Amino acid sequence: MRSKPRLLIALDILSAVMILTAAGLVFFYAPVEKLMGAVQKVFYFHVATAWVGMLGFSAAALAGVFYLREGKERWDIVGVSAVEISLVFFLAAIVLGSIWARPIWNTWWTWDPRLTTAAIVELIYGAYMLLRSGVDDPDRRARFSAVYALFGFISVPLTFISIRLLRTIHPVVIGSAEAASQGGFNMDASMQITFFFSLAAFSIFFADLLWHRIRLGELNSAVETLRVETNQEGI
Amino acid sequence: MRSYFKAVGAVIWKDFRAEWRSRENLSAMLVFALLVILIFNFALELDLDTRASLSAGVLWTTFIFAGTIGLNRSLAVEKDRGCLDGLLLAPVDRSVIYFGKAVGNLLFMVVVEAIVLPVFSFLYGFNVFQPGFLGVVILGSIGYTAVGTLLSTMVVQARTRDILLPILLFPLTLPVVIAAVKASQGFFQNTPLAEFSVWINILVAYDLVFIAVAMMVFDYVLED
Repeated sequence: MRSKPRLLIALDILSAVMILTAAGLVFFYAPVEKLMGAVQKVFYFHVATAWVGMLGFSAAALAGVFYLREGKERWDIVGVSAVEISLVFFLAAIVLGSIWARPIWNTWWTWDPRLTTAAIVELIYGAYMLLRSGVDDPDRRARFSAVYALFGFISVPLTFISIRLLRTIHPVVIGSAEAASQGGFNMDASMQITFFFSLAAFSIFFADLLWHRIRLGELNSAVETLRVETNQEGI
Repeated sequence: MRSYFKAVGAVIWKDFRAEWRSRENLSAMLVFALLVILIFNFALELDLDTRASLSAGVLWTTFIFAGTIGLNRSLAVEKDRGCLDGLLLAPVDRSVIYFGKAVGNLLFMVVVEAIVLPVFSFLYGFNVFQPGFLGVVILGSIGYTAVGTLLSTMVVQARTRDILLPILLFPLTLPVVIAAVKASQGFFQNTPLAEFSVWINILVAYDLVFIAVAMMVFDYVLED
């Protein structure tokens, strides 16, 4: 049995420290936004969790392509690990967004392009998990989920464009000035530091979790192999 | 190249002959589609005021639901009767099977649409016989069956195959539904084409992208 790699332990500690520091920055360092008040602080973790979610879904599509090309079980484990983690983070992003939207937009939910696309992304990858649980043969499961991850990844931008053409009220915080009326704002230096630090903290946390989950998947398949072997010897 | 199209044609012809003998699939789709329209009529109380804005949505929901039934059956029949193995043994490129099944599914869907549309026109007094609108119907159906055929090939090999197809298919085909509904609405309300031509572009883009990707990955969803 392989023991836990040293680097992984270091990464565990690093991500714990960074998440705590990020939380500290959000609460004590970043200024309170003038118009929105304290609820604006949700923004730092909202963007960070959404970012990690998109990172994972993209990673899953990439892992799917590699699986189809090379057929190595490892890529399948990477794919499912990334999707599992991202589902949770993306849901967190949606919930955090709702908490912010209630006082700012005066509603928990609107059918805005980003919100709607986010909901559909959750549904697509929820379907991905259902597909996996419905196929028993590991090789077939890996092929199907690789194909589905790829399809999902391609359809999401098209969904986003389609809904965006209807109407949007979601603020674009980075790279647009016209959003102020929708709850957008400009970040000053200390806000930017907090923002980018949160982004980095969550990215590292994601890498840490992904590594753990891949390791779990590999141990799982090792156990499976051992079980098959002992069964054969028993007979 | 000619032999390629001949092989695709053979797969389509096989589907049509099998369907002609049983007529199970088409009649199920058709009756189901008419029932959905009926249910919508009562659930939404489609009176004169609400009709103009809602009917495009009703129409596409009907097509999508009926299409799911057809897609589910199309590959399940192949699998259950062992025909899929026969198809796989045929000395042709795998993409032939994909295109044959996809075009077959598309034609079934178009047949159902060809019967539902006049009924719809008769019930709600819309002029559905506009070339542009019929083009939108075809474009939407192409996108839907292109993705649906690939997914249903996967689904018939899964343990939970009876429930899986709509769950996998609906979130992926949402751009088709949005664009097709918006474009149809444009035609129903006689808006100038320039105002909603962007939706037709989206439909074309979706069709091209997904046909290309489905063709590339179809090999991987078939049993070896």
